[in-house]
Amino acid sequence: MTMSEQVPGTHNATQPVPDRNNATTGTAGGHWMQVRDVAAYYGDRMAISEISMTIKPRSTTAIIGPSGCGKSTFIRCLNRMHEVGLGNNRVTGSVLLDGHDIYGRSIDPVQVRRYIGMVFQRPNPFPSMSIYDNVVAGIKLTRSPSRTELDETVERCLNQAALWDEVKDKLKASGASLSGGQQQRLCIARSLAMQPHVLLMDEPCSALDPIATYKIETLINELKRQYTIVIVTHNMQQASRVADETAFFLAGEERIGKLVEFGPTNQLFTNPTDPRTEAYITGRFG
Amino acid sequence: MTTRNAEDEIAPPASWDVQGSPKFARSSGVGADDVFKWLVYTTAFAVPAVLVALFVLLVIDAWPALARFGLGFVTSSNWDNVKQQFGTLPYIYGTVVTSLLALLIATPVGVGAAIFVTEYAPRPLRVPVSFTIELLAAIPSIIFGLWGFFALTPIMRSTVEPFMKSVVGPLPVIGGLFQGPSVGKDLFTGGVILSIMILPTIVSISREVLLAVPTMQREGMLALGATRWEAIREAVIPYARVGIAGAAILGLARALGETMAVTMVIGNSSRKITGTLLTPGYTMASAIANQFTEADNPLYFSAIVGVAALLLVVSAIVNIAARLMIWQISRGGAEGGNRG
Repeated sequence: MTMSEQVPGTHNATQPVPDRNNATTGTAGGHWMQVRDVAAYYGDRMAISEISMTIKPRSTTAIIGPSGCGKSTFIRCLNRMHEVGLGNNRVTGSVLLDGHDIYGRSIDPVQVRRYIGMVFQRPNPFPSMSIYDNVVAGIKLTRSPSRTELDETVERCLNQAALWDEVKDKLKASGASLSGGQQQRLCIARSLAMQPHVLLMDEPCSALDPIATYKIETLINELKRQYTIVIVTHNMQQASRVADETAFFLAGEERIGKLVEFGPTNQLFTNPTDPRTEAYITGRFG
Repeated sequence: MTTRNAEDEIAPPASWDVQGSPKFARSSGVGADDVFKWLVYTTAFAVPAVLVALFVLLVIDAWPALARFGLGFVTSSNWDNVKQQFGTLPYIYGTVVTSLLALLIATPVGVGAAIFVTEYAPRPLRVPVSFTIELLAAIPSIIFGLWGFFALTPIMRSTVEPFMKSVVGPLPVIGGLFQGPSVGKDLFTGGVILSIMILPTIVSISREVLLAVPTMQREGMLALGATRWEAIREAVIPYARVGIAGAAILGLARALGETMAVTMVIGNSSRKITGTLLTPGYTMASAIANQFTEADNPLYFSAIVGVAALLLVVSAIVNIAARLMIWQISRGGAEGGNRG
């Protein structure tokens, strides 16, 4: 399926974010992101700073680093989830999606999240909804699609998430009745239903066993043909298995996470330029 | 590294033998440990024992009336001391109507307040707001009663009831609830004062239940492009719905048994069941409070105790149902409920 065949998006046409059917040329139809000098704060405490990187279209970018290096904070800055909650969390710098700043003055964070999907550390299907309703929960927020369109979306997304064959006979069952790995793939299907430009994954396998992890990794390698993926992982083998490019984050003495090194995954793991990267990937600290 | 067979493990080598043996034997006699154990057993069982004794006593004292009227005790509307006829249906009706009215008013308000406290209130406002609402629960019933008698009743009579009659009165079906003269001291006012009194229960339990909803549920919906209200409506409230229902039922349980304040505003006179809320009535509790001093013959007294026994059974059932629902949500909630 190509992008142009997909059902028209749910966004408001007046939004400055570009129409998904008019994908930027020169990026093979994929969507790219650019992070410029981003810093994130929890109240007054700075958690990450001076982060800049370019996320290539239709590829997987991994964020690795020890606990507390701000990698989860960083990925939550990419779809404006960092500022959610009652605390006074804020972000400075800019994050571009296809050249448009998602932190721009006129931008609605709610609209941003429709373009940049997110999968969380622990599978979080909505337990009061069926598997079917979980998948279409997002698209039902903004419009009331026909039954046929909903059916098609459910089948397409569950297929993309490699879950269709396992659940096609029990779509009415609760999302919570699935195993952990199936739940996480359901959450991926739920994000895909929004036809996001970019899919963010925050340690998607940390609560899963090795077999479920393997399935998700295979899925990521499938999905990146169509989507731009950013994945946070504490598992360096996972980064080397799924990522085209890898960013290594590290927090210094002042506990502010910084980007130490960013480059093609192969190069970062075999021939790192920064001694701290080398120390981390060889297991000498972190 | 060599492996060893299981047989090798049976006998320790002779070189390991030590002098003397550890004193493992149980000490004889009754120690402080046993005394304490029986003490706490006794205190723990004393409470349910009181409940059982209470219920048994109520049934014994109510027996003459229960035996004489049988099912008619709860199905008859005729409560006449002079003719020695005692049917409690109007009292049951008054209790049910005022309690449901209270629930209808207090549940949306209470859940709304709980959502404000958990989802919207800035951190410095959270504690003062919930503290103030819960302070309502600490106000003695008689004070609500006095306020209801002197402040609420006149307003109901002069303003609220005429307003409801003119706005809701002409509607089909529910219009029937607001017919007749505005008397002020009636079932409607009783329900309103009950709704204020059960509000703290509903707010505090709903708040606990909403706080128990995992952040991940909220964020999962937000990440799909939901607004804050959509995330609450689509993810938070459905996750907490069983517990919220439990909070409402716990409020209902309180409304059923509430006596003093209701007695002061409900009118205590009508013994007929009519469709309108604008009529003086009785609840079971207010009937007991009003009449037990007048019970000048054994059957009358027995009938009053029968009302008490009935009230106890109904309250117990409603309380148990509410606790079960809240218990279900607090131990994993909706997931447990939907599995399988």
